[in-house]
Formats: sequence, structure tokens, C-alpha cells
Amino acid sequence: MTAQLPYDHETELEHVLERCNAARQAPLPAKDALPEGFSGLLGHFPVYFPEEIAHAAGLLPVNVLGGGNRLEMKHADARMGSFVCSICRSTAELGLNGSLAGLAGFVTHPICDAAKHLAGIWSRNFPEQLSQILYLPQNVNTPGAVRYIAAEYQRLRAELEKATGRRVEDEALRASIRLYNHNRALLRELYAVRRDEPWKLSCIESSLLTRARTRMPCEEHTALLGRALDAVRHRALRAQDKPRVVFVGGFCEQPPVEMLETLDDNCYVVDDDLLIGLRWLSADVPETGDPIWALAESYVERSAASPVQHDARKSKEGYLMAMLREARADAAILTAAKFCEPGLDDQLAWSKHLDEAGIPYLVLEFEEKMTSFEQMAMQVETFAESLLFALA
Amino acid sequence: MNTVAEKMPPAPAAAGFDPRVEGQRLIRQWYAELEQASELGQPVANVFVMGNAVEILRAFDFKLVFPEINSLQTGVRKASEEYIRLSEDYGMSPDVCSYVKADVGLILKEHRHPAGRIPKAHLAVASNMCNTFIKWAEIWERWLKTPTFVLDLPGQRSAGWQVRPGDAQHAADARWVEAQFQELIARCEAITGRKLDLERLAEIEERVNRMVLHWNNVMVLNRVCPAPYNAMLDGLTFIGIMNVYRGAPEGVEFMRTLEEHLKAKVARGEGRVAEERFRLLFSGTPCYVSMRRLVELFETWGGVFAYSDYLTFAAGGMDAAELLYDTSRPLESLAEVTALAAQRGLSNQFFAHERLARQIRDYGADGVVFHGIKSCRFVSSGMADTREYLNRRLEVPTLYIESDLIDPRYWSDAQIKNRVDAFFEALGQRGGAAPARGAAEAQRRSA
Ligand code: SF4
Ligand code: SF4
Repeated sequence: MTAQLPYDHETELEHVLERCNAARQAPLPAKDALPEGFSGLLGHFPVYFPEEIAHAAGLLPVNVLGGGNRLEMKHADARMGSFVCSICRSTAELGLNGSLAGLAGFVTHPICDAAKHLAGIWSRNFPEQLSQILYLPQNVNTPGAVRYIAAEYQRLRAELEKATGRRVEDEALRASIRLYNHNRALLRELYAVRRDEPWKLSCIESSLLTRARTRMPCEEHTALLGRALDAVRHRALRAQDKPRVVFVGGFCEQPPVEMLETLDDNCYVVDDDLLIGLRWLSADVPETGDPIWALAESYVERSAASPVQHDARKSKEGYLMAMLREARADAAILTAAKFCEPGLDDQLAWSKHLDEAGIPYLVLEFEEKMTSFEQMAMQVETFAESLLFALA
Repeated sequence: MNTVAEKMPPAPAAAGFDPRVEGQRLIRQWYAELEQASELGQPVANVFVMGNAVEILRAFDFKLVFPEINSLQTGVRKASEEYIRLSEDYGMSPDVCSYVKADVGLILKEHRHPAGRIPKAHLAVASNMCNTFIKWAEIWERWLKTPTFVLDLPGQRSAGWQVRPGDAQHAADARWVEAQFQELIARCEAITGRKLDLERLAEIEERVNRMVLHWNNVMVLNRVCPAPYNAMLDGLTFIGIMNVYRGAPEGVEFMRTLEEHLKAKVARGEGRVAEERFRLLFSGTPCYVSMRRLVELFETWGGVFAYSDYLTFAAGGMDAAELLYDTSRPLESLAEVTALAAQRGLSNQFFAHERLARQIRDYGADGVVFHGIKSCRFVSSGMADTREYLNRRLEVPTLYIESDLIDPRYWSDAQIKNRVDAFFEALGQRGGAAPARGAAEAQRRSA
């Protein structure tokens, strides 16, 4: 018998983070190594995707988030112009180099034109995979939007039934909704810690914890989140003299880990829009009644905001200001992924608005594939110092 | 499409009609009317060419501003650089759509456009066909407080997407579009203080139907050899009228006369170029600052653009067949046709290989020229892959060139000329130049 190690919060968190990081970098599981209960994998592109439907169909939802800064581009350069954002190009590369060959299908969304083109690229190059655009609406304000989304979700459900040869029962959908509700509640707790005691959980840790859901069953992720939250709450760390900032611009393409580390070194990132699609539904989806309707209605009535969704109730400036207010932030880091048109448009709008509101901000452009951070580190450091000086 | 041509009654003679001159006159007239709109207290709406509801807006007598046309006109009039620079100085990223930048320049210049003063809109309708439309409209919302209506059109969901009028998918999509039209109508009623007149709407739709029939026939006429017009030069004039005057009597008249004029040309066996040697398909958007020059580079080799997918998507998908309104149910029919056009004529840009493969066949194309625009991700993001696919599957020669819609800084004459010349040399070596197929063949095919 091995002696049981005493429980230690830091070690526990370390283990959880290691698991999350390994999941982020791991190749897709082979068909015979799928987690129990799943018969295949369904790739989906950011931002939002109703994972519950895939989950209930027995397909593990895999959020395809590009290739980061270690991927060698061998094929995609010739297939997608240099003016297209990195996440689209590297996603195409992952397809073309065979890394995503295990997917049963790939679903993208009308968040921007480059993302829509991925469906064409997929259908031309991987005709054996189900390649789809899930037409989530850009108008959620007209009565009838819920009915339309519900029809689109039913279409997806039917496509997945066809692909798997297995019916997706309402009860299975409700069970998935319950699982995801629990998961999202824990993610909200994670972000509450960031707001209330940011010294206990860094932006990079939070991002790794959240991102793990892109590569593992919701059940496993929920368990990891529970362990992580418990460990984080018991962490014996003390607040440092760092400015509180909100980070925006990470709704789709993800900034490199090193960039987030740079931010953590200098600031408390008390809220962000990183991986917003995984946290899109901001309150529980009703667990009774028609599950498809419940998901569709939640998309319209209980959802986050981002530069790639138009909702007359959520101006871009309005939601940034709400983030700043609710997180009691001193300043904002306004980023955009290179060549991301929606991001670049809103970055400018945000900066003009913050000028008027007299709120300090720093503008940064990033690419998932960037490898040099010295200059950015200097900018962030100078910004943080100037904030501390102004706040002193 | 041939069936549409056959349905048409023979058009009367169009002596003295010069489509370019008449087109320019109509565009001038439109700008002149826009200048007067504020003075006359007319309601004004900003709309985009892909996925709009101009029939509804016209029924409320809105004066229509097409911001894309404003932007391209800064290019045509060689003034775009000033507008673009203004917006970049303001802080717009060099990487965003140059149409948007030219329009921001226009706002910064207090709506002074080389063609006249552009009135402020009381309403903007932006569809999701190109997502930039929405971001663009958000700029107006933010700066000019323009009320914006985003018209969400369910697009083509996958390759091989087959939706036919009346099937369940089409019915669901049309229902959603109609719900949005109802809301748009309520907005228009609030702005104008008038109720929608359904008879008026039907009348406008009837005119659109006639324009569409002529438009389809005009497209079909370029299937003959020699092609009577260049799809990327003359075609740009046609498309301008198709958009600006859609549903207006002037639009019907222009299209009718144009068809008649082109039919006469075909009957005479007269082509756009003296000796047509290569029939080409153009894929992408034009470079309005240098379009004449670009076409010249091709035509000196006897290469004519017999068709361009631009004529499909930038004319609102109006040649995508079966797009005729049933004027006995004007609103429902508008929704049904809009939903179909969105999938068959607009969002199928994301699956461009399917449409291009058809058009290569329909227009007897010897090659495809792709014109990539960095800042227009709607056309360019999938272009290289589509090109590779066509090369591989259809073994059709292709050429890729790159510049911009209106930003002259991206036009590199020597480089483009080299590429064009090399393309024709390869085309020539491939199977020798196609013989001029002459008037007899043209007449046979148009008969
Ligand atoms: S990063 Fe921006 S441009 Fe790229 S896919 Fe995402 S939203 Fe589109
Ligand atoms: S991105 Fe292209 S299609 Fe969209 S508005 Fe700009 S020029 Fe037009």
C-alpha cells in the first residue's frame, strides 16, 4: 500500500492545471480511445455552439481553436491568403495536415466571412466529414428569432442523428443541459473569484481551466473545475499592488499563453472575454419543457455579448462599460487578433469611447502564432506602472 | 436560364442606345435626387446590395443610399485615397474593408462626396450576407445615431445545399425572413407616418420581375461567342443600374433596352473585342480604380470576361433563377424569394466552387481569373482553396491576381501585367488560341 499524500491545495491545483494543459495540447483521441459514452467527435469553430446537442448525440464536442504558436504551416498558406486571421488559417492547416481527420464533422458559424469560408474549405477538402454552417442569427431582436434558432437547432439535431445513426431523445438533451448548466455555474464561480480575489487565480490559470472543456467531456471538466475551485479558494496568497484591468478582444482567436502571462505579471485581469463562446449562456438553461426551445430561448435571452453578434440591447461600448463597472476595474486592455475585422472595428470604437469616459486603456494587437513578446511586455509594464502612479 | 430567354417577347429596336452613357446619366440623376432629399424632406435609407428589402423601402418612398456604391464611386472618380487616408488617420485599421474606410472618410468629410452631398439616413438595413455590413452599420449607429435594422438571412448551410421553393427548410427560412420584414415595415411606418400599401409593393415587385427577366437574358446573351459585352467592364454599369433602380421604371426601361441592344449586337455577330480568342470567367470583386486598365490587359490578348460571379452576388443574386415574385401575395413572396436568393446567389460565395464549376460550363470559359482583395474577406478568404480545387478537379487554367477595390496603393501595374501575359502565354500553349468562332455560330446559339 502506498501512503496517502496529505491534501495540499497548491499541489491539487497544479495537478488540475497539468491535466488541462495536457488536454489543450493533446491530439484528438483515436476512434477506439474515445471517452466512454461517445461514438465520435464533432468539431466546432468559435464563438458559440450548443454543445448540448452534440453531447446528447454521443459526439464529443471539440472546440477547434486554431493551432497556437507551435504549429508549422505547411499547407494552409497556399489555401488561405495572408490577410486572413491566424485562427482560420491554422484551423485549415490542422485539417489539411490530418490532425482533425478523426472528426465526424465540423461546424462553423456566421460570425465573420472568414469563418464562413471554412465550411467551403472543409467541404472541398474533407468531403467525408459533415461540414456545416450553423446559421445563428445576427438579429435576435425580432420576435420569431427563438423559433428560427430552434428550427436551426432541430436541423443540426437531425444532421447528427443521420451521421451517428442514433436518435437524440429529448430526455438525453435535458440530461446534457443539466450537465452543462452545472459546468457553466462553476465557470461563473471561477470568474467571481477573479473579480473578488484576483490574487488567487490568474488570467492564464482561468483560461487554461476554461479551455479544457474544448477537449474533454463536460462531466470530466466539471469535476476538474470543482477541484480547482476548492483549491483556489484555499490558496494562501496575498494581494499585490497591481492595477485591476479588463481584457477584451479574445472572443475568438486566443492570445498565446505567453501574452496572458505578461498581463498577469503586471496586472490583475479581473474580467475578460476569452473563450466567451464557452460561457455564452449567462444563466441556467431551463431544464424542463422542450429542450431545443430552451436552448434557443437562452441564446436570445440569457447570453453574453461579443463583437461578432449584433444585438440591439447590447451596444459594444455598453457591455465593455458594464464589465469595467462590475469588475471594479481601473482600466481596459483593448486587443484584437490581427486581421480580425470585427475585432479591429470594435477596438477602435472602444478606444474612442474610453477616451470620452476618461478611462485609461492600452491597445494591443495579437496573433495566436506570435512568438516574440518583449515589446508587448514593455508596453504592458509601462501601462501598469502609469496606472499605479495615477491611482496612488 | 435559356427558358427565361425564350419566354421573352422580342424587344423593339434600341437605336442610338449606349449603355455606358445611359448608365452614367442614370447614376448622375440618382445622386442629384439624393442631394435634394433633405431639402424635400424625403425619408432616406442606407442599404447594401446583398440582401436588402428595397421593395419595401421603395413602397414607402425612401430615397436609397448605397454606401458601397458611394465608396466605389470614390474609386471610379480617383478620389478614394483621400477618403481612405482620412479614416486611417482617424484610427481605422489598414486591414479592414476599404469600402468601410472610404465611407468613414465620407463621414469625416461631412458627407461631401465627389458626386454630391450624401444625405443622412433615417434608417439603415444591413444584412448578414457579408458580416462587414453589420459592423459598418454599427459605425453609423454609433456616430450618426442611424437606427439600424439587421436583416438576418439564413444562408447556404453546406455544400450541395438543395433548397427548393416550398420545401420545409425553405418555408422555415422564409417565415423567419417574413417576421423580420413585418418588423421592418413597422419601423418604416413609424418613420414615414404611412401604412404600407400592398398594391404599391406589388407594383414595385412587378417591375423587379421584369428587370430580372431582362437581366437573366442579358446574362444569357454573353454565353454566345463572341461575347457582346465584357462582364467586368460593361457589366459594372449594368449592375449599378440593377441595384440603384431595382423596382423603378427607369430600371425596367434600361434593362429592356439593354437586352434589345445586346440582342442586336449578337445578331450582327459583333463581339466586345474585335477578335475573341479566349473566354474567361472573372471571380471576385473589381478594382474600381484601375478596372479599365485591367480589362485592357486581358483584351489586348483577345480575352474577354464572358461572365463574373460578381454579377451574381453583387446584383443581389438576381440571376439565380426562379426569383420571380408572386405579386398576388407580395409580402410572403418577397420573403420566399429573398430567402432563396440569399442561398443561391449570395451566401453560396462560401461554396464558390459549385457555382464556378457551373458557370465555366455555361459560359464555355477557357479559364478563370481570380481577383483577390485583401480587405474583402467575403470574396477572398476561400479563393486560393477554390482555385486549387478547380485546377485539380476541372483542370481549368486559372490566374490569381491581387489588388484592392478602391485603394490605389495596392495596384501594381507591372506585376499584374506580367502575370496576365504569362497566363495568356500558357493558355496559348495549352491548346493554341481558340479560333474566333464568328458571327454564324453566334447567331445559331442566340436563335
Ligand atoms: S478571429 Fe475574428 S476574423 Fe478570425 S474567425 Fe474569429 S471573428 Fe473571424
Ligand atoms: S468586405 Fe467585401 S463584400 Fe463586404 S462590404 Fe467590404 S467590399 Fe463589400
